[in-house]
Amino acid sequence: MKNAVRCSVNGTPCAFTAPPMARLLDVLREEVSLTGTKEGCGEGECGACTVIMDGRIVNSCLVPALQAEGASITTIEGIAKGEVLHAVQTAFVTHGGAQCGMCTPGMVIAAVDLLERIPSPDEAQIREGLAGNICRCTGYTKIFDAVREAARLLASAA
Amino acid sequence: MSDALVGKSVPRKEGPDKVTGRARYIDDMRMPGMLHGVTVRSPVSRGRLRGVTFGEGIPWSEIIVVSAADIPAESNHVALLTNDQPFLADKELRHAEEPVLLLAHADRHLLERARNAVRFDIEKLPPLYDIDKSLAKDPVIWGEDNLFKEYNLTKGDVDTAFARGDVVVVEGEYSTGAQEQLYIENNGVIAVADEQSVTVWGSLQCPYYVHKALLGLFGLPADKIRVVQAETGGGFGGKEEYPSLIAGHAALLARKAKKPVKMVYDRAEDMVATTKRHPSRTKHRTAVTKDGTIVAMDIDFVIDGGAYNTLSPVVLSRGTIHAAGPYKIDNVRIRARAVATSHPPHGAFRGFGAPQSIFGLERHMNKIARVVGLSPEALRLKNFIKQGDTTATHQLLKEPVDMPGILKRALAEADYDAKRKRFARENQGSSVKRGVGFASFMHGSGFTGSGEKYLASVVGASGTADGRVRILAASTEIGQGTNTVFTQIAAQALGLEWDDVEIAQPDTAVVPNSGPTVASRTTMVVGKLVEQAALGIKQILVQAGVLGESYTSPQFRAAVKAYLASVGPLRSTAQYTPPDGISWDDQSYRGDAYGTYAWAVYVATVAVDTVTYEARVEDFVALQEVGRVIHPVLAAGQIEGGVAQGIGFAVFENVVWREGRMANGQFTNYIVPTSVDVPPIRVFFDEVPYPHGPSGAKGIGELPMDGPAPAIVNAIEDALGAPHSALHHVPLMPEQLMHAVDDLAAAGRKSA
Amino acid sequence: MRGDAHAHALVAPADLNGALALLADKSGYRVLAGGTDMMVAFERGLLKESRLVSIWHLAELRGIRVDGPHLVMGALTTYTDLIESPLVVENAPTLAAAARDTAAVAIRNRGTVGGNIANASPAADLPPALLVHDCEVELRSSSGARWVDYAGFHTGYKTTVMRPDELIARVRVPLSSEPLRHFYRKVGTRKAQAISKVCIAATVRPGGVARVAFGSVAPTVVRARGVERELETVLAKGPLTPEAVARIVGMGVTEATPIDDIRSTADYRARVTRNVLRECLMSFTA
Repeated sequence: MKNAVRCSVNGTPCAFTAPPMARLLDVLREEVSLTGTKEGCGEGECGACTVIMDGRIVNSCLVPALQAEGASITTIEGIAKGEVLHAVQTAFVTHGGAQCGMCTPGMVIAAVDLLERIPSPDEAQIREGLAGNICRCTGYTKIFDAVREAARLLASAA
Repeated sequence: MSDALVGKSVPRKEGPDKVTGRARYIDDMRMPGMLHGVTVRSPVSRGRLRGVTFGEGIPWSEIIVVSAADIPAESNHVALLTNDQPFLADKELRHAEEPVLLLAHADRHLLERARNAVRFDIEKLPPLYDIDKSLAKDPVIWGEDNLFKEYNLTKGDVDTAFARGDVVVVEGEYSTGAQEQLYIENNGVIAVADEQSVTVWGSLQCPYYVHKALLGLFGLPADKIRVVQAETGGGFGGKEEYPSLIAGHAALLARKAKKPVKMVYDRAEDMVATTKRHPSRTKHRTAVTKDGTIVAMDIDFVIDGGAYNTLSPVVLSRGTIHAAGPYKIDNVRIRARAVATSHPPHGAFRGFGAPQSIFGLERHMNKIARVVGLSPEALRLKNFIKQGDTTATHQLLKEPVDMPGILKRALAEADYDAKRKRFARENQGSSVKRGVGFASFMHGSGFTGSGEKYLASVVGASGTADGRVRILAASTEIGQGTNTVFTQIAAQALGLEWDDVEIAQPDTAVVPNSGPTVASRTTMVVGKLVEQAALGIKQILVQAGVLGESYTSPQFRAAVKAYLASVGPLRSTAQYTPPDGISWDDQSYRGDAYGTYAWAVYVATVAVDTVTYEARVEDFVALQEVGRVIHPVLAAGQIEGGVAQGIGFAVFENVVWREGRMANGQFTNYIVPTSVDVPPIRVFFDEVPYPHGPSGAKGIGELPMDGPAPAIVNAIEDALGAPHSALHHVPLMPEQLMHAVDDLAAAGRKSA
Repeated sequence: MRGDAHAHALVAPADLNGALALLADKSGYRVLAGGTDMMVAFERGLLKESRLVSIWHLAELRGIRVDGPHLVMGALTTYTDLIESPLVVENAPTLAAAARDTAAVAIRNRGTVGGNIANASPAADLPPALLVHDCEVELRSSSGARWVDYAGFHTGYKTTVMRPDELIARVRVPLSSEPLRHFYRKVGTRKAQAISKVCIAATVRPGGVARVAFGSVAPTVVRARGVERELETVLAKGPLTPEAVARIVGMGVTEATPIDDIRSTADYRARVTRNVLRECLMSFTA
């Protein structure tokens, strides 16, 4: 059984055919060829597969393709505007927020979501906003630095 | 000429690709006609395989099946130290999840059904899960005596020292559990193979380890085997020796299928089947005078190697050499053994034996302090090693070592004295007990003993068509910043700009063997070769008359282009030679165990909740002397990441074993710290340039794994105000800490 | 990835009646809402049901509103909705607290009240909070609707009073005219993304009606009825004292029958149950 699913991915209309129980993660990676979204655990614990769906972050490994029907989805590939990095991405590069890079796409998405909800988060809010994204390399400290810097960059650009 | 690049936090080389999702990891790659491969594994810890049944309902004729019968018996082993681990088990099953069969097909779901449809007929044999039972040969499961390796290290005369009339003898026993690396990217490879050649792309730390293993498996000429590192999503040692196994598996399937085969483990498989940190047990006997001078240490250190030898002797070696710590002890005896059990083979994990033996030592030091009535810091100050002293391996420390200075500064940064006083007051009547504790330690940079000499690593540099310098090394970027640091070192050596240097992808067809990316050796040892190879390019250009002694970046590029046009390929190489005066004797286990050491004191502040028995680390100070810091942000990132893993090792990460198999092999049930579980990690560097490192750098990667566990448990002991046997083991889970909290509370009520 | 998407039919009916019709046709459909639990089972190859009906898109099952004496929440109310709703924070504060302590943002955006109840895990985070707010659950089928008391909903480990043709449509809790005194604590080794090893929720209403419930210490979430009775008896006579707390804690929680599993031990759960109960009751003495 396969369904045609129509949605929007990174602002572009997108149609794919997949079994309705196929994971959104696999569909994005294999049908839409957007491999920036990573699988770390397959059970919604690590956050490497985080994408934005209809304005909220979700674990794409836990979303059946059918539920993406009509949805507006943003993946890591849709965060930069062309070659211009998002402030969160810039700050992750300059502040050492990315090491091995596997958690980074999900972490960047979670940070972008956090700063959209809370433009000037305090330390506790940063920690809470990223708590669904496990990083094994950084000990999170440089990621917190990057998010604080991104908040400053966004505030000064606004 | 650029500003100095060394010491500056330039942006990570591959940073933009990683933050935009463009970086391509192995599971992001596909090849035309590619099949998927899976592994069918042993369901038992120990047994004899009597037969295999391929269940009904599966189109077996469509599936590529590889078994031990497909491999010549003399080639069916992963080439490493003793060649005891088969690629595929034939008759003997030695651990749960041991690979027995390989299956490949284009349809992953069919493969999953096929994997579940295979049935093994097994005669079960008694397994062995315990270090003491292994030592007691109950039963013998490996070789004649279950012993993978034994080292006996001696200095001075221990027995005479213990017999002295003026010493107190302090004994203690300490243990550490297995720990899963839990890199976010699971192990994975893609292989293309036929009868003439084999190529493997993979997530891996050591391309030439894999190359060697594939040579042994296929018996092809070295240049017919090619190993390419893909972007690698973390390793921590977990991708040091294991990729040789999975690379062999994928290549076996690809050769039989005549199609590319991708094998990428899912998390459940990666956790239960691949290597973990060696569990350990350390027994200490220490002779100490009443004023706190340690006159003798007698240490018995044992690690659980699992079912096959793999790297256990090397892990044991590092654990042994670090077992007596940064102290000047005249009489030392260390008996160290790696034993076989029926667990899956334990392997490399950041720290490599040192976190295990240092946990025992630094817990024991606090016990000694208590016995002789000194503070933990006073005992250490009395016994710290310094320049001109010799270590347990008789290594004379030639460079400056200032452990007292490091300790004092670390305690000051942590506000240690004030905290101890404040907590002693506030803990009264509070359900949350706070404490502060520390550990002093060192970590040897580079391979142990004569390792670097035997490796004789080579790094190349070449000129590119656009006039840049390309560094050719097998050292892998696995998140720690190799590409960035190598670029800094080479550009600085040549006085060039950041963009004038590029780093070749580690590909055994292109890069020379600069050794494995392990042992805190990449910056210090390989980095030095990068510096030399880069300078070799300059020398060639100057000698050819196309470059002056002083030049700008454009002039250098023009010189490279001119050389390529007029002379031909531009390439230099550098090979490792030990610095003068370094010697090591494998027989007596004496000499210069490492070229140099990084030195550190870590201080943890903890809160023990006596309602839930949970220990939270609330503040962490990590002060270390690692030579010159090449890249402050990357260096601090290494420390912070290692500390977080160390916190996990101390109080979160518990491998639950059931019948020799990891029972909690899921992210949900194997608990690693999240962003709300790590304290502020405050990193400080004392910079004392090391003359033989590039720009004065030493190794750094493993060091931060060594200190957190003993510092945290020492802090917990401080919080509880008294010792307890539950505090002799990590991970110290709430379920064990409960016994300490409740027993000490009961004892307090009794004495009150 | 061990589940096979081809092995599971998933359909999204146009409306609630369509969903109920599928559940009524006796072909074994099971409801899938936010997927935060069932998709995990699917990934591990452990999802048994071959027919699934997706309800995530059904607006009829969303919304938080006051209806007469009740605060009514659609079954698809997410953890995030609970946290962001002033109505929930005011009338069911332990429910908001439980939602805040659940997983992390991405899961809270997808996990639902109805799913958390129907999944029937004894370690679920919301149920102890639902119990202490005297929650009722509306079960809908194509043949009608019924409200059941949540306290009687779970009949055993992973078994409930729901019929196969029913789904959870709404839950409701009584509005509170005056602020409740309340307590919620989840114990789960780490602070986020944790599965509880012991969880306690409690409320004391003006007038001294007490509710105390535990998660992860029995085959289902349980109310500690003996503790509730004693607490109410004490409160009827006057303020709760530390001596009374010690006496109640000393009586034990008879409903707690914890076990050893890969997450913890029976001994630990028993001791922590006692400790968090003491902490909870002491918070009501002030």
